[in-house]
Amino acid sequence: MSIDSAPTASATALDATSGAATRRDILHRLLMTLGPILAALVIAGFILLAVGVDPLAYYGYVLEKGLFSPLGIQQTLTRMAPLLFLAAGLIVAFRAGMWNLGGDGQFLLGAVTAAASAPMLVEILPAWPALICSFLIAMVVAMIWSLVPALLRAYQGVNEIITTLMMTFLGTSLANVLVKLVFRDPATTVPQTRTLPVEDRLPRLFDTTVTSGLLLGLAAIVIVHLVMTRTAFGLKLRIVGANPRAAVHAGLGVPGLTIAVFAISAGLAGLAGAVDIIGVQGNVRADWNPAYGLAVIPAVFLARMNGFAAIGFVFLLSVLSIGGESAARRLGVPNHFTLVLVSIVLIVLALAEYIDHRYNQSRKA
Amino acid sequence: MTGLFSEVFLSALLFGAVTAAIPLLLAGLGEQMSEKAGVLNIGIEGMMLAGAYLGFVGAFYSGSLWLGFLTGAAGGVAVALIMALLCVRIGLNQIIIGIALTLGLEGLTALLHHFQFSRSYPRLPAADATVIPLLSDIPVIGAAFFKHHLIVYLAVALVFGMSYLYRRTQLGLNLQAAGDKPAALDVAGIDVIKTRTIAVLTTGALAGLGGAYLANVGAGLFIPFITNGAGFLGIVLAMLARGRPIWVLFGALLFGVCLSLTTAMQVAGINIPTDVIQMLPFLAVMIMLVLFGRRASLPAALGIPYERGAR
Repeated sequence: MSIDSAPTASATALDATSGAATRRDILHRLLMTLGPILAALVIAGFILLAVGVDPLAYYGYVLEKGLFSPLGIQQTLTRMAPLLFLAAGLIVAFRAGMWNLGGDGQFLLGAVTAAASAPMLVEILPAWPALICSFLIAMVVAMIWSLVPALLRAYQGVNEIITTLMMTFLGTSLANVLVKLVFRDPATTVPQTRTLPVEDRLPRLFDTTVTSGLLLGLAAIVIVHLVMTRTAFGLKLRIVGANPRAAVHAGLGVPGLTIAVFAISAGLAGLAGAVDIIGVQGNVRADWNPAYGLAVIPAVFLARMNGFAAIGFVFLLSVLSIGGESAARRLGVPNHFTLVLVSIVLIVLALAEYIDHRYNQSRKA
Repeated sequence: MTGLFSEVFLSALLFGAVTAAIPLLLAGLGEQMSEKAGVLNIGIEGMMLAGAYLGFVGAFYSGSLWLGFLTGAAGGVAVALIMALLCVRIGLNQIIIGIALTLGLEGLTALLHHFQFSRSYPRLPAADATVIPLLSDIPVIGAAFFKHHLIVYLAVALVFGMSYLYRRTQLGLNLQAAGDKPAALDVAGIDVIKTRTIAVLTTGALAGLGGAYLANVGAGLFIPFITNGAGFLGIVLAMLARGRPIWVLFGALLFGVCLSLTTAMQVAGINIPTDVIQMLPFLAVMIMLVLFGRRASLPAALGIPYERGAR
């Protein structure tokens, strides 16, 4: 039922042949997607009222700063780059029925290794090979970090939700240790890694401040979508996700595929960290943890794990995130509010799917 | 370094271990009951945060720790009520709702803290200890184990209460059946939904109480994200305890020592960054999971919502 059976939902959509049915189907999907978002905005609005903030003013400010101001929209598009990579990683894991909730740890370790390697590599290599190397290093480190939960799940059957969460706590601390002890820039008083010079970072798009990492993120999520829906490998992963026992009987090497899923998912999270550092931040400061990992989950579910739809919801999340940061400085509503909003979206979405499911059942009966 | 292993230090270390273990114990016992009844409760971190926040608010405004524990437990129950409604009654995905509740409560408690306490950061006075006569005079151990707030002894007693519940009572058997073979329980004429709801609400109360203890006695104040994964540690404890409450106690004490060592090493001024020390409890968890993960037994119907007549 519900959110985790997304592939079947898209299959039925393709079967609908007559024009009217398709139109009704599109309308229905639009309602099922925008409905929960609007309902969540209303419910969260009451929370704002309760703490004495005018919700309309707050939402208006978020939209203005995240979407309608020239600087804001550029920041929003830039913020999308790491979020798209994270969403791509989650799509692989969720479609294969695995809960990689360790995105934040993988992200931070990727970010720190990218921040440590990039300034060194640009001194000895030409610009592009250097950046590519540092992307690869970040990816591999994140992959290695996911190996323990992957092996435990594949061979011991240990629940990956818990292990990935634990590894996130460990990874966050380890990233800090690396920044403070190993990769610390001796030239600064605040603990941070060496800064990648602006001219060595990923180029900006045209005359804007938007990072070209956005293109990488878009490419990543589209490739992931195509691999999951159009290739034999993707089909295998989806079978593992739909019914692991049937997958064993079908002769699939489930442990190997499990490890592959974790590696791909974590690798993409590591790349997310790298694209944020090499594209935007330039260094990692101690105790820096944007905690994008869990916030991306609702965007992926709203998109029904469809890569193209996920782009749209990641954009929305980006607007909320950039606008929310401005609102935190200006209106004094801390960023934590975005967490509340995101969680309400998840709950209302699950509820809406349930009601929809029940309604369809009673109509059939 | 001589001070590090002195009697006073050791006893302070163990005292801290017990203080750190109690929230884990309560969360672990709560999670254990949910899991026995077939509900994987990822939202327990959110329940603990609700308990920590409301527990602190209750104790701060009333001046009574006991009232704080009560409001804390009520906060946990309130969150558990959402979970029971969504996951047990109408059978939504337990993991998604659990994540959502944890995220939401993280955000909500941080938000409320910001508007209420972020300018003053009020603290509660140190909790009164109930000194157990004679036993507390034993060197090292006495000061470490027998000079705690009354609720600590009650929490330890609860371990044996839970053992009794699971082994000797009808409700205990019902709870386990709800997780192992809910259809059989249903056929026997017992309401599965009701049994699971009882389990989830109890989890909420225990997690909320654990959170309230963490904030009111452990820290003496509320800060955002104060639980820092304690709820998740509780889930691990429940997984590794294989259904036995006494193992939750041992596990909680072990992790408690790790957490206490974290504080002690900082106080002792050992020259390692706090981040290294903070990894200790989670490292211990991963090692435990690598060593014993295979033997973690979980109920057959864990995580599967019960729907009568469903195939």
